[in-house]
Amino acid sequence: MKRFIGFVRKEFYHIYRDKRSLFILFGMPIAQILLFGFAITNEINKVEIAILDHAKDATTIEIINKMASSKYFSINRYLAAESQVEGVFKQGKIKAVINFEKDFGEKLIKNGQSTIQIIADATDPNTANSITNYIQSIIQQYNQSININQAGGTQVFMQTHMAFNPEIKSVFMFVPGVMTIILMLVSAMMTSISITREKELGTMEILLVSPLKPFQVVLGKVVPYILLSIINAIIIILLSIFIFKMPVQGSLLLLGAESVLFIITSLSLGILISTIAETQQTAMMISLMGLMLPVILLSGFIFPISSMPLPLQLISNTIPAKWFIIIIKGIMLKGVGIAFIWKETVILFGMTLFFMGISIYKYKIRLE
Amino acid sequence: MKTIGYLIQKEFKQIFRNKGMLPIIFILPIIQLLILSNAATYEVKDINFGYIDSDHTTSSRALIERFSSSAYFNLLPPFPSFAEANSAMLEGNVNVILEIPNNFERELINNKKTGLGLTVDAIDGAAAGVESAYVNQIVQGFNQSISLRAANRNNVNGLSGVITIIPSYWYNITLDYKTFMVPGILVLLVTMITLFLSGMNIVREKEVGTLEQINVTPIKKSQFIIGKLFPFWLIGLGLLTIGLVLAKIIFDIPILGSLGILYFYTAIYLLVILGIGLFISNFTETQQQAMFIAWFFIVIFILMSGLFTPIESMPKWAQVITTFNPIRYFVEVVRMVMLKGAGFTDILPQLWKNLAYAILVNGLAVFSYKKVN
Amino acid sequence: MSEENVIEVVELTKKFGAFLAVDAISFEVKAGEIFGFLGANGAGKTTAMKMLIGISKPSSGEASVAGFDVYTQTELIKKNIGYMSQKFALYDDLTVRENITFFGGIYGLSRSTIKEKIKVLVTDLKLENIIDQLVGALPLGWKQKLSFSVSLLHDPKIVFLDEPTGGVDPITRRQFWEMIYNAADQGTTIFVTTHYMDEAEYCDRVSIMVNGKIEAMDRPKRLKEQFEASNLNEVFLKLARNSKSD
Repeated sequence: MKRFIGFVRKEFYHIYRDKRSLFILFGMPIAQILLFGFAITNEINKVEIAILDHAKDATTIEIINKMASSKYFSINRYLAAESQVEGVFKQGKIKAVINFEKDFGEKLIKNGQSTIQIIADATDPNTANSITNYIQSIIQQYNQSININQAGGTQVFMQTHMAFNPEIKSVFMFVPGVMTIILMLVSAMMTSISITREKELGTMEILLVSPLKPFQVVLGKVVPYILLSIINAIIIILLSIFIFKMPVQGSLLLLGAESVLFIITSLSLGILISTIAETQQTAMMISLMGLMLPVILLSGFIFPISSMPLPLQLISNTIPAKWFIIIIKGIMLKGVGIAFIWKETVILFGMTLFFMGISIYKYKIRLE
Repeated sequence: MKTIGYLIQKEFKQIFRNKGMLPIIFILPIIQLLILSNAATYEVKDINFGYIDSDHTTSSRALIERFSSSAYFNLLPPFPSFAEANSAMLEGNVNVILEIPNNFERELINNKKTGLGLTVDAIDGAAAGVESAYVNQIVQGFNQSISLRAANRNNVNGLSGVITIIPSYWYNITLDYKTFMVPGILVLLVTMITLFLSGMNIVREKEVGTLEQINVTPIKKSQFIIGKLFPFWLIGLGLLTIGLVLAKIIFDIPILGSLGILYFYTAIYLLVILGIGLFISNFTETQQQAMFIAWFFIVIFILMSGLFTPIESMPKWAQVITTFNPIRYFVEVVRMVMLKGAGFTDILPQLWKNLAYAILVNGLAVFSYKKVN
Repeated sequence: MSEENVIEVVELTKKFGAFLAVDAISFEVKAGEIFGFLGANGAGKTTAMKMLIGISKPSSGEASVAGFDVYTQTELIKKNIGYMSQKFALYDDLTVRENITFFGGIYGLSRSTIKEKIKVLVTDLKLENIIDQLVGALPLGWKQKLSFSVSLLHDPKIVFLDEPTGGVDPITRRQFWEMIYNAADQGTTIFVTTHYMDEAEYCDRVSIMVNGKIEAMDRPKRLKEQFEASNLNEVFLKLARNSKSD
């Protein structure tokens, strides 16, 4: 046991003395949380649009005013002709043009019908779709409001409640994701690098020849990173709670326990990578390129899984991060207990055993 | 000149002999481009729609009918009570819950005013906004049809009328997210690989000792640096080419603008990235450190580049920071040139900034590379 | 053999913060000499050598190598010297031939010259079987000989060897010193650092560094007489003991 502790202490020295890496290990999560909390959002806000008003009557002016007072848009230019639209889009600043037909107000009253065209720059489909929807809402509301005054006009009121996130802070969606990504990357990547470094330097053999058993060697390598990751997790949660006022509706204890489980899952993944990679460089590249991008894109962190094609949804099921994100969102934002997330917990557990199993198997092969 | 030739030859030999890294440099990005481009979408569809109909009238059924025939919504069997619908939402099986009160139709007929309750799972704020907008549109459509029918019954003339809205989507008629994301992911991959390779490469020579050996030779700083960076510059352009070919063949992404402009801009952009890699390697001792620092900056740059989330949505201070981000301009240029056919004059602002960066970063890197300690 | 000095060092000093790694050393090396720069690990040998080969700037003092100043003319120095580092730094993932071609090329040798050199090296070192093998696969002894040969490719006036026999078996060490003698016979000056005191016997003159200072410098024979020792190892131990008691 003393030998083991001595070994773990050496691992801590390695980590602690590499100040640059340490700085990144802790600085990265903090920087990301701050970025995501304050800067990154996929909601649209003050998008620049232009008006092409062929009618210029009281009706169009009223509609334009309603648009101008919306927080979603910023009316930037008034165009004179259709031909200008292309140039304006090519420059890239204006995302949509609202086109009122000639004699708009008159046609509405006389013919009972008139047309507005929304020309959207759809290179960014998200923005285009959102803008179009919001513009449509404003126009429909206006339409309804002028119709109420006529007899026969009806109104349906909608009372909308945004559950779990009443102020619609995008940080609520991102924080669980960031926490997951950081834990997974740090645990998996650091472990795999640490083990492959010993292999590369040749000191692994020395360790294996020592009285330490192989599993003790691996365990000793992994223990410091468990601690580091837990510290990271705590920092992230504290930042979220105090700076972003993100609630922890559910039990902190459960959150902690699930986090530790996920950390162990990631560590076992790191060990698996280290059995495949011969050099540190390979381990790093596998972790970063092979792990980071798929995890960010397929775990439901930014892009909703339900919108992906079926094969990708299936692949996303193999990513531990996906299950953990569901667990965290559940505990922190919805306040659920173990009853609602037992399925995901069991899956994480199973994955851990699976990764460890393969690592042990590969390791035995090497020895023979 | 010949010296540079020898350096470049050596680099290429080393790169292509590294059997472990070759697949990572070439095959992994390709796989990622293929897979991830399919994953990256903000499209909101298959919204799980739960409802509680306490009214059970023709009106309420007509309303529900509209939702069931909408492509956006996935109608679930009705819930007996809000509590059960809410439970399903906690489990993650329901995205929106519509509550129709038991006086829905009565109020509509008698008072011309009636209410509905909508609960939206708002953890994903942006999606919630879109979902709520879709629900509103359907409800307003329902309302309008009732208004018209009522007006016709009462024979009321002079109704203020209906405004028809025609959305028109340019450059991406089907609102295909792939069209938007593929060029962006391409940028991402080219940047990451070039940065990591160049950053780690020089540090590895430091670790192994060959860098010292080279420092003792009469090689000039500039020769050494050019010899080191040129192979990765070529690899970056190679990756761009492979990516463009894949984008065209597999995703049918339009390439409206001139390829020449694209390559020209990329050539200069890569110099910036390589310069950053070189700069990092001048200040780190081990490959791990170089990797970490590169990773740190890349993630921040990419998040703040407008690749995944629009820059216009960021607070003012964040937008100011992005003006220093070379990746932001690359993303803009790639999208503008490929998807809108932007010309040389359209991208001049980005080009100037890019050029300035290339000179600045590489100047710093060369300056801070010390042959003599 | 002319008696000119190819290396002249006057009060050369290197400080790292408050730590004096090299403390005002002075010496000369004559053309064609085999000069041994001895001392224990950490005595300051490598630091001193790094200043002479132009990759470390002295804190104070003067030195010139091959007639060029170590402060202002480092690039000219590098053109005229060869260097073999402690790590035998060749590229593990290039073949023997490729390494020779590369280093020859960056020293400005023409393709035909390089081809000639390769031919000569293959014969002299019996490289026929390994010329196209990756250097990483070679045993340490081969790497050592190769590293030395590469440092001589451009026929430099002076060759600096930093602990060239580390980790190598005694027979190979002996063979290596034969190579050094050959080079010296051709007129190349050899500046070699080592902590193997028995190798010091092979040198024309040696200096012994203790704690950054040169405590002794002379022909091996004379040093043994001076210190009443039967070999240089004893000389060194006596010096070390003396400096401890200071």
